[in-house]
Amino acid sequence: MKKKLTLETAPLSRRTFLHQAAAFGLLAGIKHLLPAYARPLTGGLTPPVAGSRPPTVYELTIAETGLRFGGRHARATTINGTVPGPLLRFREGEEVVLKVTNRLKEDTSIHWHGLLVPFNMDGVPGVSFPGIRPGETFTYRFALRQSGTYWYHSHSGLQEQTGVYGPIIVDPAGDDPVAYDREHVVVLSDWTFEDPHRVLRKLRKMPGYYNFQRQTLLGLLRGEDLSLRDRLRWGRMRMDATDLADVTGATYTYLMNGLAPEDNWTALFRPGERVRLRFINAGAGSFFDVRIPGLPLTIVQADGQNVQPVTVDEFRIGIAETYDVIVEPREDRAYTIFAESMDRSGYARGTLAPREGLQAPVPEQRRRPARSMADMGMDHGNMQGMDHGNMPGMDHGNMPGMDHGNMPGMDHGNMPGMDHGNMPGMDHEGHGMQMGAMAGLAPPGTLPPAVPHGEDTHGPGNAAVPMMTRSRLHEPGIGLGNDGRRVLVYTDLKSMEPTIDMPPPTREIELHLTGNMERYMWSIDGKAYSEAPEPIRIEKGERVRITFVNDTMMEHPMHLHGMWMMLENGHFPHLPRKHTLIVKPAERLSVLVVPDETGPWVFHCHILYHMDMGMFRVVEVTEPATAEVSQ
Amino acid sequence: MLNTIRLLALTGVLLLAAGPFRPVEAQNLPRPRFENENIYGFVLFDVFEAAPGLEGSPLAWDMFASIGKEYDRFWIKSDGDLSTSQRGGEMEFQALYSRLIAPYWELQAGARFDVAYSSEQTRRRGHLVVGLEGLAPYWFELEPALFISQDGDVSAGLTGSYDLFVTQRLILQPRLDAVAAVQEVETWGVGKGLNSVGLSLRLRYELAREFAPYLGVSWSRLFGRTGDLARAEGEDTRTVGLVFGLRWWH
Repeated sequence: MKKKLTLETAPLSRRTFLHQAAAFGLLAGIKHLLPAYARPLTGGLTPPVAGSRPPTVYELTIAETGLRFGGRHARATTINGTVPGPLLRFREGEEVVLKVTNRLKEDTSIHWHGLLVPFNMDGVPGVSFPGIRPGETFTYRFALRQSGTYWYHSHSGLQEQTGVYGPIIVDPAGDDPVAYDREHVVVLSDWTFEDPHRVLRKLRKMPGYYNFQRQTLLGLLRGEDLSLRDRLRWGRMRMDATDLADVTGATYTYLMNGLAPEDNWTALFRPGERVRLRFINAGAGSFFDVRIPGLPLTIVQADGQNVQPVTVDEFRIGIAETYDVIVEPREDRAYTIFAESMDRSGYARGTLAPREGLQAPVPEQRRRPARSMADMGMDHGNMQGMDHGNMPGMDHGNMPGMDHGNMPGMDHGNMPGMDHGNMPGMDHEGHGMQMGAMAGLAPPGTLPPAVPHGEDTHGPGNAAVPMMTRSRLHEPGIGLGNDGRRVLVYTDLKSMEPTIDMPPPTREIELHLTGNMERYMWSIDGKAYSEAPEPIRIEKGERVRITFVNDTMMEHPMHLHGMWMMLENGHFPHLPRKHTLIVKPAERLSVLVVPDETGPWVFHCHILYHMDMGMFRVVEVTEPATAEVSQ
Repeated sequence: MLNTIRLLALTGVLLLAAGPFRPVEAQNLPRPRFENENIYGFVLFDVFEAAPGLEGSPLAWDMFASIGKEYDRFWIKSDGDLSTSQRGGEMEFQALYSRLIAPYWELQAGARFDVAYSSEQTRRRGHLVVGLEGLAPYWFELEPALFISQDGDVSAGLTGSYDLFVTQRLILQPRLDAVAAVQEVETWGVGKGLNSVGLSLRLRYELAREFAPYLGVSWSRLFGRTGDLARAEGEDTRTVGLVFGLRWWH
């Protein structure tokens, strides 16, 4: 059986439609031809009927198409004529066939973000396959080993910025543990009318090009932002405390399901229903802070994996992350879905409404926050993160697997700024005895200790070296958590199912996220991919702890293909499985990986422009060398 | 014989299995190339202005163009001023190779070529240049350089500037230029020690980041023997004037 997406998404071919629309003088009224889920007014998705289906064939055509965003004409790279592309809906266990045809003048590719597929179906040109040449069709074929909300996007050049992305839902093989009456997909993204290569060239020449929210003399005189003393401290370090996003609302239009804020994407509901919203951040360079004033948000899935429900008022969604949220609007009124960019330079917005034509007030944008010394791993006296009394993740009494004796790098004697005398909850008794036993790796789930940065400053490609890096998983992130709202933090995430069979890791790989903001250089361990093309090797089945250390003062959404990263947030055996993780400035964050598919997998920062400057590595998963063979 | 072949074949299979597993499809793919490997160029006219009140009503510029990648670049620098009311002017051109040696500093080396002309004569000379270009703490752009002329005369120059954001688009740029010499070079009006100091203040408005008209004041003074030589030529040792111009880059 062949399921033609074109039939589902657009009843007429685009050309015919445009022709007829023009003939009737309707062209001016067309905002965007969109897939069903993304249309300006939508009743929601229609989940497939339970039960097995024959293999599904999808046909996706990538081409350049004229579109409109917020009333302005644009040339976009589309999938089947739309931005975002069509919703791909699969069922766990199913084998699917996806025929991707390239109608562009350049190579293209599709990567199935978060799906565990054989490496040669992963869609990274030069790593997984050669890419799809103009005029060619590449057939992806894989079986689905998981369920949840995911997405897909081009891994070629900067095509993701020009529109090559779309949502994926994989329905569980059995019953969905999440009960809901209605569901909507909410794809958040950022659009620029500029050629993204031009955007990148500008950033290379002037990294602060798009920052129109700097600290100014006028601001100082008005008493806004940082004090003179703090400004001087930042100046001494040659760092910009307002560097929150490289590309901002100065060029971006923030989109919700391909619609600009004024186009007001509207999702219908009936009061009293449990509505499932599947949020996907398909932005190329924007983190979003999402809230729906008047509705608590119950997070039920993160990166496609079910988590124990946690109710918050707001959550930050990093680039390439997904969150499934349940809301229960009871009143017969409209609610605004508000997704503010992290640097507050703009927002994407839509409406949840019981019927057409309703709108709720759009909240005012909050003020752009400024970086603090904590983002530089300095100023321990004022460091929120070092307030041990308030650290949920550092609740030593309740921390399973927090064996101080086994913590590598937790050299208590040498930790500057770690004032042991003032550490509440830190049981010093017995430490001395356990210090000697620090040989092995900490048990799974252990939060990384605070560690002073080593000697290696990673060369001229790295401008900042935080004095101390530490876990910041319990922090909501810059600009959040100060206004009384309950904000999701990574330590809130607990997987639904326990990971019981998880012996301690056997190896730890430490990777430093590095960059030189002044010269727009982005790298790992101080080297762009072109300078360090040799892969990081992991054997299939090996239990590896990867520790990310963010030396820069920007957040990086780090994405690993081909395997789950189990975030060590103190909740073993309920560690959340993630495909993308926000690593905050001066943060030390660790994950466990146990690869089960061989092949080259890429690992990169999902800020498109950072990846394109070389913040990218290949992780090669090899067959384990068995004892018989190696002899 | 057959046994030997079997043994060899088996060994081969085992060796293949032992090697790092790399599926055939992944081999020999060209490695992905990213933007950081591409060469890019940059042209900046930091100063491009007229000073109608000053003697000779000069047109002045200070620019650079660079081409390369992150670590290694080739630079052209030029500055000078041309009189619009009489025949005369001074120009400097530098061709430099530049290497990023620290996060904020590039080491530059190359050649400098000077031309000075008036209605009477035209003089030219060459220098070797070694210098730094970068950002000092507190966001000062600094450009110290050492010059050795074709005749072996040694001199040094320092340019420094600072961008003070008054608002998001209104930027005040103070700027310092200083030159000192080890030997006297009379034909070029150069005395020993500190030759000259120039201070200027430009207020620009960035219509776009790349395009900013400005207004400013410029003050300069010649010192010591350099001043004496200038006076002997009938020139002023102090100048103060209003300037207006355009800062632009591409």
